[in-house]
Amino acid sequence: MEVNQMQRSFLEYATVLFREGFLDGQFSQLQMLQDESNPDFVVEVVSLFFEDSQKLLNDLTTTLDQQNVDFKKIDAHIHQLKGSSSSIGAQRVKNACIAFRNFCDQQNLEGCMRCLQHVKQEYLLVKSKLEALLRLEQQIVAAGGAIPVLSEFS
Amino acid sequence: MGMTAADSQFHVLAVDDSLIDRKLIERLLKTSSYQVTTVDSGSKALEFLGWNADVRSNPIENETPVSEKNSQEVEINLVITDYCMPGMTGYDLLKKMKESSSLRNIPVIIMSSENVPSRINRCLEEGAEEFFLKPVRLSDVDKLKPHIMKTKCSDIEKPEKEEKQEKENKESIETSSEIHLQKAQTSNNSKNKSLDEGHSPDKTRPINNDFTVQLIQFGTFSLPLLLLLFLSYS
Repeated sequence: MEVNQMQRSFLEYATVLFREGFLDGQFSQLQMLQDESNPDFVVEVVSLFFEDSQKLLNDLTTTLDQQNVDFKKIDAHIHQLKGSSSSIGAQRVKNACIAFRNFCDQQNLEGCMRCLQHVKQEYLLVKSKLEALLRLEQQIVAAGGAIPVLSEFS
Repeated sequence: MGMTAADSQFHVLAVDDSLIDRKLIERLLKTSSYQVTTVDSGSKALEFLGWNADVRSNPIENETPVSEKNSQEVEINLVITDYCMPGMTGYDLLKKMKESSSLRNIPVIIMSSENVPSRINRCLEEGAEEFFLKPVRLSDVDKLKPHIMKTKCSDIEKPEKEEKQEKENKESIETSSEIHLQKAQTSNNSKNKSLDEGHSPDKTRPINNDFTVQLIQFGTFSLPLLLLLFLSYS
């Protein structure tokens, strides 16, 4: 595939992700911080997000499974997940965390469990989409092309 | 720009318990040509700063900073800290710094993912220079220089040769206080923004940002020269 074609695919795919709210302007900010001296910045940050989120989601599942649910702990975990998803621009995950937090404040266990499922869903979706997007990016770079700037989305 | 090599010597200490946010703030700051040290807690921040302060009580002649790893000779020009951290919060850190005679002059910026007006006000009242809503962006980092320069300008006030120094100081302070009035207005606007509107998506930098920084640098360096010329002719 030609570099131009790859770049067009990248832009088209990114546009869809932004339009559907999977990603927001913060992701563009990350792209803008990447340059020749830090060519893997986005991949590194996104990988950290995946590791962090997986752990948090596991912890949340365990904590909600207890006899006496520790809502303070739940709140702390969600706060962290909300923060990291916000920092990389994973908008739908962030919004799901906000909803989760409300139920946690009310100590509504059922609501929390529903929210956890929702957060997990959104996380898996954005994970696969980010992986696909970053794969396209790597293909462009491997073919010697420049990664299209996403500044119009910031 | 580049009137002074001091640009690349500004060293920021970033405090955040989130690894992702530390990575982000480090990249943001390095992109803007700051030297960066990151720590993951308020107590580590104080340790780092406290250690510096002890060493600085015996002034070192050579002012050029060594690498980040050799923190003994490093001067911290600004601290940027997250608010919500386990143990010592950003507010606690701010308070401790303001209570310390050696640390109180270091400008502190607080960051938070939550837009809570009472929290913001508390921090500003305690002496924080500004409050950034997370996620922090490049346009926010652009706002740091004036806070650092404010401290740098006040450093010039230490008298060496009295008369000459006094005149020099008056002029540079006048220039910089004019500019800081503008800056205070601009930053007040942005503080109000964060109170009223939360995270504004429309981040426009003040038009005179670069210019005012250059003016301060120009003033600081050329005024002494002008003064010397004036005195030699009088």
